[in-house]
Amino acid sequence: MPATPARPVRPATPSAPPAPRKRRYAREVAVVAFAQSDHRRRTDELSEVEMVMPVLHQVLAQTGLKTGEIGFTCSGSSDYLAGRAFSFTMTLDGVGAWPPISESHVEMDGAWALYEAWVKIQTGEADTALVYAYGKSSPGSVRDVLTRQLDPYYVAPLWPDAVALAALQARALIDAGDTDEQALAAIGARSRADAAANPHAQLTGVVPQGDHQVAPLRTGDCPPVGDGAAAVVLAAGDVARSLCARPAWITGIDHRIEAHGLGLRDLTDSPSTRTAAEHAGLFDGPVDTAELHAPFSSQEVVLRKALRLGGPGDGVAVNPSGGALAANPMMAAGLIRIGEAAARIHRGASDRAVAHATSGPCLQQNLVAVLEGDRA
Amino acid sequence: MTAAPPPETLRAPLVVEFPFTRSLGPVQSAFLTGLREGVVLGVKTSGGKVMVPPVEYDPVTAEEIRELVEVAPTGTVTTWAWNASPRPNQPLATPFAWVLVTLDGAGTGLLHALDAPGPDAVRTGMRVRVRWAAERSGAITDIACFEPCDAGPDDGGPDSCDGAPARPHDGAFADPVTGIVAAARLDYTYTPGRAQTAYINGLAERKTVGERCPSCHKVYVPPRGACPTCGVATTDRVEVGPAGTVTTYCIVNIKARGLDIDVPYVYAHIALDGAGLALHGRIGGIPYDQVRMGLRVEPVWTEGGRHPDHYRPTGEPDADYDAYKELI
Ligand SMILES: [Zn+2]
Repeated sequence: MPATPARPVRPATPSAPPAPRKRRYAREVAVVAFAQSDHRRRTDELSEVEMVMPVLHQVLAQTGLKTGEIGFTCSGSSDYLAGRAFSFTMTLDGVGAWPPISESHVEMDGAWALYEAWVKIQTGEADTALVYAYGKSSPGSVRDVLTRQLDPYYVAPLWPDAVALAALQARALIDAGDTDEQALAAIGARSRADAAANPHAQLTGVVPQGDHQVAPLRTGDCPPVGDGAAAVVLAAGDVARSLCARPAWITGIDHRIEAHGLGLRDLTDSPSTRTAAEHAGLFDGPVDTAELHAPFSSQEVVLRKALRLGGPGDGVAVNPSGGALAANPMMAAGLIRIGEAAARIHRGASDRAVAHATSGPCLQQNLVAVLEGDRA
Repeated sequence: MTAAPPPETLRAPLVVEFPFTRSLGPVQSAFLTGLREGVVLGVKTSGGKVMVPPVEYDPVTAEEIRELVEVAPTGTVTTWAWNASPRPNQPLATPFAWVLVTLDGAGTGLLHALDAPGPDAVRTGMRVRVRWAAERSGAITDIACFEPCDAGPDDGGPDSCDGAPARPHDGAFADPVTGIVAAARLDYTYTPGRAQTAYINGLAERKTVGERCPSCHKVYVPPRGACPTCGVATTDRVEVGPAGTVTTYCIVNIKARGLDIDVPYVYAHIALDGAGLALHGRIGGIPYDQVRMGLRVEPVWTEGGRHPDHYRPTGEPDADYDAYKELI
């Protein structure tokens, strides 16, 4: 048996971010279409494939592509939401998976499925990709279900639910002077007010802040629980130009993860988001739109800090769609952030946008994408 | 062919339970065995930081870390959240605070519950100590919870709130815990959706109802709501069968636990008349070694049965191979 080679030890302090590059990647890749379902508290009458299929048809119709013309398909979902093993295979029927297609799946938010599809296009193995994600939280208790993604030795046996863990983070932010309960309530109120212009949102307009769920977080600081789906089409170079009048070019994309143990982290910060943003080139120039996957109001505070977005009034439209506080379909809400940012570029409402997706407790895993439209 | 309005959606409880059996490495084994013995262990990185609970690899350098130390059962709350409505399986059934506690001698936080009379009795920076479970087995729940110890006697005795620095520990215990059973139960309400609801409701009337693809016209049974070739919804309901043709089969020789069917028996793919693909079923009413491809069969329903118990020969002549070869 060969001896184990000495393992290189990375320096404890992160190195400086790489110098900005005009051209980061081998191929130009853009989001050329985006569709989502109306997000609702329950969809008992629909199986997963019945919920996903109209969204797939809508996103393909935007491009004129047929399922058989897609180079690569990738989806994001979770068996724990469905309560069934390999549940994603059922929704594959909705994309016309026979004869066999080039296909993959991630057991997490569809934003990571998009990342995999983007890599697939970068390799030159595909020119187009269909990315979709969905989650039905209504069959189970999502607060309890999500405990099953926690460390199984030290944490999961205590069944700390997603709201409880977010509340620990919120308290840490309040203790640090980064926010207070009133400021958190304002984030929820702004999100639901903006969501009034979003026909797909689940929770819109004036929503009572409500009682403490797990203090310091109140009902209004927490996302609605619901069912929903989303899909985007990616395309490379001239294919993208032929499918979309103003493609939303992914000029940077990166994802990073925090240490697994919650007690090992500074919950008031998100260094993984910052590192992902640096590698995605976010700080090379200003953005006008930020779609942040912050299921809890307190997490927007963390993300604004990590992404250097400043506060209200700095000219950046943060979650103009209403964000996850207005609709948080598990496994799709992160992909929706990328889709919403891209859609603003498609319709000329944005020139340079940042989209963020998260997965896991207290912003454990974070993906940052920078999207840009061609300037006239 | 009908396009009836959707019936009321079926629903049924669905329970998923899994007693995952997990093995422990040397660090986790020492930590959980220590809890059983009333000792809290951490692990010290090469930089001198003590992590409690211990991890096996430094999250910054990825260096393997194995140097165990004992820390105090007292510590300081670094953040907390008041849980007024405890959920099933959580450490305490009465309202409590979730806390991250940095134990004295440690440099990282441990997540657990704090038993306190109310949120006004909790604050960041408060002193707490471990309350041990009465019966301990080598699990994180061997710590029943934390309790405030601001008011405790600081006399160095067993109830002391005085911290103590971490001290070396060899991690050796008699009869170490080498694994845990991570039991979990999740309760769902399963709803099968429109297509499968129609199929199940059809079975209640002893009818087998498929759905036709509007694009390729293939009839799927049981229907899942979508044509996997065309990627479109199947909507037109079509009653198929009742008779069908055995397209292929196997002979089962091993008796499954709890199954009251004698072996050997035949399990077959059966293409019901009018269906575009075969479904599964047991073949009865004929010796197992006389079942053959092309055999014509029909369903046999038992009293109260919610699906055909098995299929038996109709007595018709066998189907021509060409009639079913596309459905094998
Ligand atoms: Zn078809």
